[in-house]
Amino acid sequence: MSESVHTVTTLPTERPSGCPFDPPAELLDARRHGPISRYTHPGGKPGWLITGYDMVRSVLADPRFSSRKELMNVVDFELPPAPPGEFLLMDEPEHSRYRKPLVGKFTVRRMRLLTERIEQITAERLDAMEKAGPPTDLVTAFAKPIPTIVICEILGVPYEDRASFQEQIDAFMGGEVSDEELIAAYTATQEYLAQLVAAKRAAPTDDILSELTDSDLTDEELKGISLILLAAGFDTTANMLSLGTFALLRHPEQLAALRADPALTDGAVEELLRYLSVAKTFHRTALEDVELGGQTIKAGTTVVLSYNTANRDPDRFSDPHTLDLRRQAAGHLAFSHGIHQCLGQQLARVEMRVAFRALVDRFPTLRLAVPADEVGLRPETADIFGVKSLPVTWDTK
Amino acid sequence: MSAPHLSVDRERCIGAGMCAMTAPDVFDQDPDDGLVLLLDADPSPAQRPAAHMAAGLCPAGAITLREPEPGDCR
Repeated sequence: MSESVHTVTTLPTERPSGCPFDPPAELLDARRHGPISRYTHPGGKPGWLITGYDMVRSVLADPRFSSRKELMNVVDFELPPAPPGEFLLMDEPEHSRYRKPLVGKFTVRRMRLLTERIEQITAERLDAMEKAGPPTDLVTAFAKPIPTIVICEILGVPYEDRASFQEQIDAFMGGEVSDEELIAAYTATQEYLAQLVAAKRAAPTDDILSELTDSDLTDEELKGISLILLAAGFDTTANMLSLGTFALLRHPEQLAALRADPALTDGAVEELLRYLSVAKTFHRTALEDVELGGQTIKAGTTVVLSYNTANRDPDRFSDPHTLDLRRQAAGHLAFSHGIHQCLGQQLARVEMRVAFRALVDRFPTLRLAVPADEVGLRPETADIFGVKSLPVTWDTK
Repeated sequence: MSAPHLSVDRERCIGAGMCAMTAPDVFDQDPDDGLVLLLDADPSPAQRPAAHMAAGLCPAGAITLREPEPGDCR
């Protein structure tokens, strides 16, 4: 079947000025042409870009598409397989071997039990902000510390190690340092996690990592799992909190509605997840020839799935570019779909529900301390989208 | 809405918790392995919309909803 198909040559590197919450115009344009576009990976390999909600969702649920790192056909050299424990980049049965022992630790019920502790952590950050007085950078004062402390407690990082640990993970996730510094920070984090796993095995404490030492996973695998929990659980939530606050401050009527009605909180979190989709793109590689939307995806070809464009698909969400905290946003792809759907999503939800609620309640006059177009955004090339900093201020009485 | 009959496949389940979050009176997660527990295979009319939604949201396709067929007696 010959059918004309839209082509996207490279992924855009910028969002249009004044639209920090919207996917780049080229991606929205691609979606207007259809759910699938021809695409060339940065290394020159031919691929496909999928921007339609239904098609992204069906690829994610389709076992003919692989997550394996070593199959990714995007650069002109072979990628190594994912290290032990990093199951995000594995298929079954390896994926389940790692995910299964974790699932019972991240249930809806168990994460809700953390609510009170997360409220405490959040209140401490808000107290510190109040004490220091305005203006402040919401990223360093609020958005980063909350998920960092939570993940430290889940992994059982001892209190005295937290400051240095946070510095390391900041360096390797912020995308703001040189390659050498990045590798050094990554290595230091790996070494620290290896020590931590050994310490938990020798003397278990009351945390999820210690519980996992009571499984058949090796220390090397537990190190990989810890790294993935850290990488997936820290930067994502931190950026949702800061970019989400920015979005609320730019939509005062929505912010006012949220402030006035605590019952809106859970739905607001889902809508912010949909609207912002900070984890923007993921890859899958076809294991065999697959027909999609009239095109043949050849075996071995890697497709790019644009979650943030799919979450703005007008065929799935009416008036998709409007932030509407009252809408039914369930079904969004912010946590993905299929067997790799976010393991920590229930934790992320509790963190966001608690943190957004407490922030809007504590500071009724919260506002940007700089013009909106001066808020520094992460480059579009960063894995997780967000703001570099968010200067805010409020009235003190 | 018709009276659907629910079944779950614990082999397919990945323990994402979407069902327990969306329809907590119909689904739960096993506290040990985190996988789906079906609390009510024939949800009451009040629970049906949430149960339908949970089936649609399941990332692993582990929830099956069988609508009654014309010959079924209910």
